[in-house]
Amino acid sequence: MSPLVEIRNLSKVYVRGKQKLEVLHHVNLDIAQGDFLALMGPSGSGKTTLLNLIGGLDSPTDGTITVAGQRIDRLGQSELARWRAGHVGFVFQFYNLLPMLSATKNVELPLLLTKLSGAKRRSHAAVALELVGLADRASHKPGELSGGQQQRVAIARAIVSDPTLLVCDEPTGDLDRQSAVEVLTLLQRLNREHGKTIVMVTHDPKAAEYATHTLHLDKGTLVETAEAALAAS
Amino acid sequence: MKYLGLVWSALARRKLRTFFTLLSVLAAFLLFGLLESVNSVFSEVGHTIGAAHRLITESKVGFMSPLPISLDSQIRTVPGVEELAYDNYFGGTYQNPKNVIGSAIAVSGNFFDLYPELKVSPAALRRFDSTQTGVIVGATLARRYHWKVGDQIPIKALIYPQKGGSYTWTFDLVGIYHARSAMEEQDFLFRWRYFDQAAAFGNGTVGWYVSKISNPQQAGRIAARIDALSANSDHETKTQTDSAFAANLISQYVNLGLIVHAIMGAVFFTLILLTGNTMAQAVRERIPELGILKTIGFSNRSVLGLVLAESVLLVALGGIAGLILAGTVVNVLEGQMGSQLPMMPVGASIWLRGVVAMIVIGLVVGALPAQRGMRLRIVDALAGR
Repeated sequence: MSPLVEIRNLSKVYVRGKQKLEVLHHVNLDIAQGDFLALMGPSGSGKTTLLNLIGGLDSPTDGTITVAGQRIDRLGQSELARWRAGHVGFVFQFYNLLPMLSATKNVELPLLLTKLSGAKRRSHAAVALELVGLADRASHKPGELSGGQQQRVAIARAIVSDPTLLVCDEPTGDLDRQSAVEVLTLLQRLNREHGKTIVMVTHDPKAAEYATHTLHLDKGTLVETAEAALAAS
Repeated sequence: MKYLGLVWSALARRKLRTFFTLLSVLAAFLLFGLLESVNSVFSEVGHTIGAAHRLITESKVGFMSPLPISLDSQIRTVPGVEELAYDNYFGGTYQNPKNVIGSAIAVSGNFFDLYPELKVSPAALRRFDSTQTGVIVGATLARRYHWKVGDQIPIKALIYPQKGGSYTWTFDLVGIYHARSAMEEQDFLFRWRYFDQAAAFGNGTVGWYVSKISNPQQAGRIAARIDALSANSDHETKTQTDSAFAANLISQYVNLGLIVHAIMGAVFFTLILLTGNTMAQAVRERIPELGILKTIGFSNRSVLGLVLAESVLLVALGGIAGLILAGTVVNVLEGQMGSQLPMMPVGASIWLRGVVAMIVIGLVVGALPAQRGMRLRIVDALAGR
């Protein structure tokens, strides 16, 4: 069976003035359907860049990315936007909720891009909030929720359109231990019970333990273990 | 419509800033409504239904310089002139000097034949013909002073005393006419023959002649023939269309259109700078939020549309409130000042121009911030760059 995400010879070079900075160097990676992959590595190792490329937020300098049989490295900006809307859910370190919208309205956001009626959108959002255990906070605005609750709203927003892939960038980086455990448990449940494929970037080895396996990045290259990463450093 | 909540939430983000911006837009459109209301009065004068078929003949010096009544029979002989009326400006005040009856005019008996757009009953016309001191007034003027048919109305003349020296002329209200707009219902029309008999001076003269012509295409030729009648006399005339006469009359005082447009240009320019700055600031603050919208699948064009919709909504909300307020102010002023107030109600045409201005200003104001939002790179936006 072919993997859900297939990355071949992926390179990313940033140009800052006259300087060229190669952040990813010929990365090859397969992520199977239903995987929960943790990407670890020191700051500047290219974790977030790799995550952004997998999520279609950025385009590679070289190489290919195939997700569910579709080459996303070839897509133009508007095609990529449509692809993201249909296939990827995003969770970020700082939640990135819209502060003036209630939890329900925040969760509804991705559904605005579909043809669903207002009632259907609200009902889908309610189901997603129920799934993350925040049905009773549906009308609350982000400022009225704790950090952990805000992150759970962000997860509800990420899953509301039933995406193929969840990409999470340091989802527990701004949370206390208790909230982090809740969020990671939720992600684990989404992976185990709902079959969601998850790619998570984290610094935290405890967070990585919730994943089904872990890969390490160092200086733009994938290495199998933390020890190997340290040795390479 | 499904994006309205999103656009609205962006405006509600900084309530105080939005409130003050709305206030400045409101003030600009209040001014726009009031000035356009004044401007409409002057631009609509003369553009009545029958105006194309009328020529006005006045002294070359101006309408306050009288013409002899003897011209009546001569003008009637000009080919193309179907009917001829004559008028004399009178002017007066009612009860106190503040109640100026600016358009009190002595008219010939056939006046209403030449102004079919002024609707008056046959019975009123019969009374007008048979009553020496009869007067027919516009419905708006009558309403303002609560006049009704049968009332005696004393008017203090601004120029003409009676032969006995009194400046007070008493008229009998014999009819009320109706017209298309309130502005056209401001006239106080009495018989020229009464004026001619009773006035201490100015007898045997008229202020201007009104010719009804059969073919407006021939207006230039007919006007030339009429003016030729008085060529090289001490009362040379200038004949022009009704619209041109009205426009000239106003331009003797002021080029109001130019002033109004200059003021509004300056006001809207300032508004664009002010609101443009507000929008730029609002978008700058929301860069990460716009980045999130793009992340979850909003296209560049959608983000452009959202920001433009936000700026148009902002200007439209303030603008609509401003025009509603302008309409209210005009109504209140009209109630208090009556015919002295040269203002038209804030009607459909002012609203139409206002709404077009709101949309254009909204788009101009939102253009740069919207472009910035559209061009945002997601990874930079999420990183707060």
